[in-house]
Amino acid sequence: MSVKAITEENFEQEVLNSEKPVLLDFYADWCGPCKMMSPIIDEIAEEIGETAVVGKVNSDDNMELAEKYEIMSIPTIMIIKNGQEVKRFLGVTPKEEIIKAINE
Amino acid sequence: MYDVIIIGAGPAGISASLYAKRANMSVLVLYYGESNLEKATEIENYYGFANGISGKDLYENGIKQAQNIGVDVKGEEVLHIEKVQSNFEVTTSNEKYTGKSVIIATGNKKLKPDIDGINEFDGKGISYCAICDGFFYRKKNVVVIGNGKYAVSEANDLQNIVSNVKILTNGLKMQTDTNFEINNKKIKRILGDTKVRQIEFEDGEILNIDGIFVALGEAGGSDFAKKMGVITNGDSINVDSNMSTNVEGLFSCGNVVGGLLQVCKAVYEGAEAGLSAVKYIKSK
Repeated sequence: MSVKAITEENFEQEVLNSEKPVLLDFYADWCGPCKMMSPIIDEIAEEIGETAVVGKVNSDDNMELAEKYEIMSIPTIMIIKNGQEVKRFLGVTPKEEIIKAINE
Repeated sequence: MYDVIIIGAGPAGISASLYAKRANMSVLVLYYGESNLEKATEIENYYGFANGISGKDLYENGIKQAQNIGVDVKGEEVLHIEKVQSNFEVTTSNEKYTGKSVIIATGNKKLKPDIDGINEFDGKGISYCAICDGFFYRKKNVVVIGNGKYAVSEANDLQNIVSNVKILTNGLKMQTDTNFEINNKKIKRILGDTKVRQIEFEDGEILNIDGIFVALGEAGGSDFAKKMGVITNGDSINVDSNMSTNVEGLFSCGNVVGGLLQVCKAVYEGAEAGLSAVKYIKSK
């Protein structure tokens, strides 16, 4: 499944109303570690297929979202189920740990 | 341009330098501060020393051995490592070096000061990387906890983004000159709700702040690693059996990757990291 660009406009529909678990990667273009995280997120999207929604949030372009979720360090990886945050990882995180958290 | 730049001159770093140098690579070893090995009174379980050897002797002999075969060994504090295209730029307190590969062998360093609340607010106002997280504190009041050049370097990265940055030494003596405002008081605890709000000092004074950047002493291996997007497990750098990290051309070995904190293990991993760096450079 492809990675979706999540914005303030599509957040409600794609994330809050999603029946599947949602994996979000809060990043910024200037952030070095985010560049290492990005391909890991792409691999996860490919591996988990249709079982979850995988999205990336540009925290510069979507500052209200970043503020709402009190993102103070990037990359921040968040798992949301039924509209609620259930897990958060700070910094570059191994693929296996994230997949495990999605499936929990 | 060096083929291999190694950060750390303990058994892991020096062992890596020996293997890389013997494969005809140009090798630079950078080190700063006192090594854990230097502090060990007597090493009695390392192969080949019938009567044991002092940690200091083993450490100094290692550095001499590397210098004898032509490794450049320099006592400079590394402040920053950055991957620029396929090479690495290593900035020290004196100079900037470029390398085709980097091996982090800094040993393990306790990153977190023992302050009440430091774990609770990790990622909620406490950061270990100014260049990564500074943006989220724009026009806010932040402090850097530290007392050396690394703390000043982090404060420099923050000063154009935030509205005010102070350095808190937490009772330690500032070891470098700086124009930043310094507070030498000992910190009692960090207070907040969903995020950091205040620092309380031992004398009862309260400082209102929005963010805390931790940069104690010199930067450790996992500080550099986290800034480059290397996968870490707490303060340990994740490596595979070839001592490769997830960043291409970046290797790590010795105590900073965790596991057995022994000289024999550091020496083996150093050799593996050195050879892996050689293999990587030849494949380029």
